[in-house]
Amino acid sequence: MNETVKHSLMFAFVGLLIILDGTTNYGIFSGTWNSALGILNMGLVSAIMALGVNLQWGFAGLFNIGIMGFTALGGLAVVLVTSAPTPGAWSEGGIGIIMALALGAMTVVAAVMITKKMRAGKQRMLILGAVLIGGFFAYRAIFDPAVSGVEAINPALLGSLGGLGLPVLLAWPAGGLLAAGAAWLIGKTALGLRSDYLAIATLGIAEIIIAVMKNEDWLSRGVKNVVGLPRPMRKEIVLQEDPGFLETAASLGLDPVLASTLYVKISYSLLFTAVLLVLLWMAQMGLKSPWGRMMRAIRDNEVAAEAMGKDVTRRHLQVFVLGSAICGIAGAMMTTLDGQLTPGTYNPLRFTFLIWVMVVVGGSGNNFGAVLGGILIWFFWIKVEPMGTGLMNFVTSGLAEGSALKTHLLNSTAHMRLFTMGLILLLVLRFSPRGLIPEK
Amino acid sequence: MDFLNAIVALTNYVMIPAIAYGSQLALGALGVTLIYGVLRFSNFAHGDTMAFGTMATILVTWWMQSMGINLGVLPTALLALPFGILGTMGLLLFTDRVVYRFYREQKAKPVIFVMVSLGVMFMMNGLVRFIIGPGDQRFTDGVRFIISARDFKAMTGLREGLAIKTTQGITVIAAVIVVAALFWFLNRTRTGKSMRAYSDNEDLALLSGINPEKVVMYTWMIVAALATIAGVLYGLDKSFKPFTYFQLLLPIFASAIVGGLGNPLGAIAGGFIIAFSEVSITYAWKKVLRYLMPENLQPDSLVQLLSTDYKFAVSFGILLIVLLFKPTGLFKGKSV
Repeated sequence: MNETVKHSLMFAFVGLLIILDGTTNYGIFSGTWNSALGILNMGLVSAIMALGVNLQWGFAGLFNIGIMGFTALGGLAVVLVTSAPTPGAWSEGGIGIIMALALGAMTVVAAVMITKKMRAGKQRMLILGAVLIGGFFAYRAIFDPAVSGVEAINPALLGSLGGLGLPVLLAWPAGGLLAAGAAWLIGKTALGLRSDYLAIATLGIAEIIIAVMKNEDWLSRGVKNVVGLPRPMRKEIVLQEDPGFLETAASLGLDPVLASTLYVKISYSLLFTAVLLVLLWMAQMGLKSPWGRMMRAIRDNEVAAEAMGKDVTRRHLQVFVLGSAICGIAGAMMTTLDGQLTPGTYNPLRFTFLIWVMVVVGGSGNNFGAVLGGILIWFFWIKVEPMGTGLMNFVTSGLAEGSALKTHLLNSTAHMRLFTMGLILLLVLRFSPRGLIPEK
Repeated sequence: MDFLNAIVALTNYVMIPAIAYGSQLALGALGVTLIYGVLRFSNFAHGDTMAFGTMATILVTWWMQSMGINLGVLPTALLALPFGILGTMGLLLFTDRVVYRFYREQKAKPVIFVMVSLGVMFMMNGLVRFIIGPGDQRFTDGVRFIISARDFKAMTGLREGLAIKTTQGITVIAAVIVVAALFWFLNRTRTGKSMRAYSDNEDLALLSGINPEKVVMYTWMIVAALATIAGVLYGLDKSFKPFTYFQLLLPIFASAIVGGLGNPLGAIAGGFIIAFSEVSITYAWKKVLRYLMPENLQPDSLVQLLSTDYKFAVSFGILLIVLLFKPTGLFKGKSV
């Protein structure tokens, strides 16, 4: 059996899992198309994230464990681009906030300039300290009143700057841009140091991005969440009132409520597949091009690549920004799919380390592997719980009904997810480190 | 009088919490730095190792409490601590045997070790949540305060109170004992010396007949003890929640790197630097300044530099500054 057939069969197997989930309710399968399409949609988003991580790790060997942060920035972009501007927010304090942020940025730039231009010594330290402290207090003096002005506007419903009110599809590239900007900043400081320093730096920046999104209410309402984000297609409610749609649903023999949810989910699947295919094509072209060969050469031997005149740090920065941008796009898509931004739900285990499991299981260095791993692992992530419940029911079948141990074991099945994912990661790393679809 | 009040307020709200938190971070960072020095990778499972050790201790504590065993004024957890350490040692030696040893024999790259430790982290996290659940657990008993704020006020007649929790006292004393014992072990005993030799120069150590497997085994055992003690002290002082322990990873790594990865003395210094910065930057200084400033200059705002939710940002900021200006850390660490 040649490679292509084998790999196509793997994709067919994942497709079969999704189809089975839609058609049969035997064992772990749910038997509803609603749930099957839900898994598929998040699987497609995960596949895109895995593609981004694969670009960084598989192509260039960069160890980024801040994916959660870039994903969250994508989600933030959706709010900033699509939600309607809050009336009066800009005059209340919006301009003040922008001015304060600009002042903060200028302070940092000034500090960097001082460090670079002046000679080291006591004088530099003093001036640097004065600029930083003065800049900070000036920033707070402008920032604080502006923020309380914005947050005072109808805090139960608004209380933030709102967005630009643009169509939601524009938010996806905007999410990519926002994530790319953050990646550039972090890459500029942490790349060029040892690999685990980059890991720790990205882990930290992700936590900080989430902390900012949770606390800065003027930006995206913080933990009060933004709900009811616009969608790229008609809402279920609208569809159910459209006579043309009702007629089509009736002719297919479907209940109008079910038909409308399926319509929305299938539209998302098609959109996401289109984005995935475009990005996959781009990544594939990148991998085959001289640029991709150079990246792999740098990954395999940095010293040799540097001797050949390649600027390793610059190339690393480039690929780091590109990969993070893809994660940002995926994050924006996910927030659009959910229709809401809930900063409290971002958790590194789910949004960072799970993506790593996807890439490693799929096959790092191979774009198709990343896509396969993304959808497959997402399927298992959802299905580990029913599997665990089944297993626990079997294990505890011998125990007395109502015993404390039995209740505890049955209630704990939800936590088997993390355990199983860790186990899968360790097993793949040990016995098949090249993954399901290895790099060519 | 105002000056004394200011000093007391500062001690009560900044110094004491920061010293206790710094001791806990220092113990955690010592574990990270030892693994880095001997096994040469950043162990991302360290936070969850701490959680596992604490969980084991909590379970024994609960059992002891149900049997009516206690330490009187001190928390029962201190009595349960050795059992928790033994359990964690068992777990770490088991993970080393079934997971890490394979990669050591292969001489895998450090980044592979880090990824493997991510897998271990996932499994430990799942295990802890599976056994004790994801919620908050309190297991402190005994007397709550060494000095309570009211007693202090009555004693001195000052307006500001000074409270020292028993757990804070225990944290500092335990940290001093543990650090002293660790340094004695590393500098004076044969095994400790062989560990340092192995960390400094692996080939030379092998050449002089040091058994690497034994060194690795002792390292894991010491790390298990450090992680469990750090975790239990943190849990006694605050509370135990698996996710919080996972999040401690960031300040712990920051402490270890700021001090210089692989350098035990640096880890301790780093722990206190991070703790003091975190506490003092997120503390609202209004209270202290009110005593020190003349009436007309007194601040209206809280004078809090950053809200407490940004404490991770503080450790991260310090980490970035150190990485930019002195990548090997304040004390000379290893840089591979």
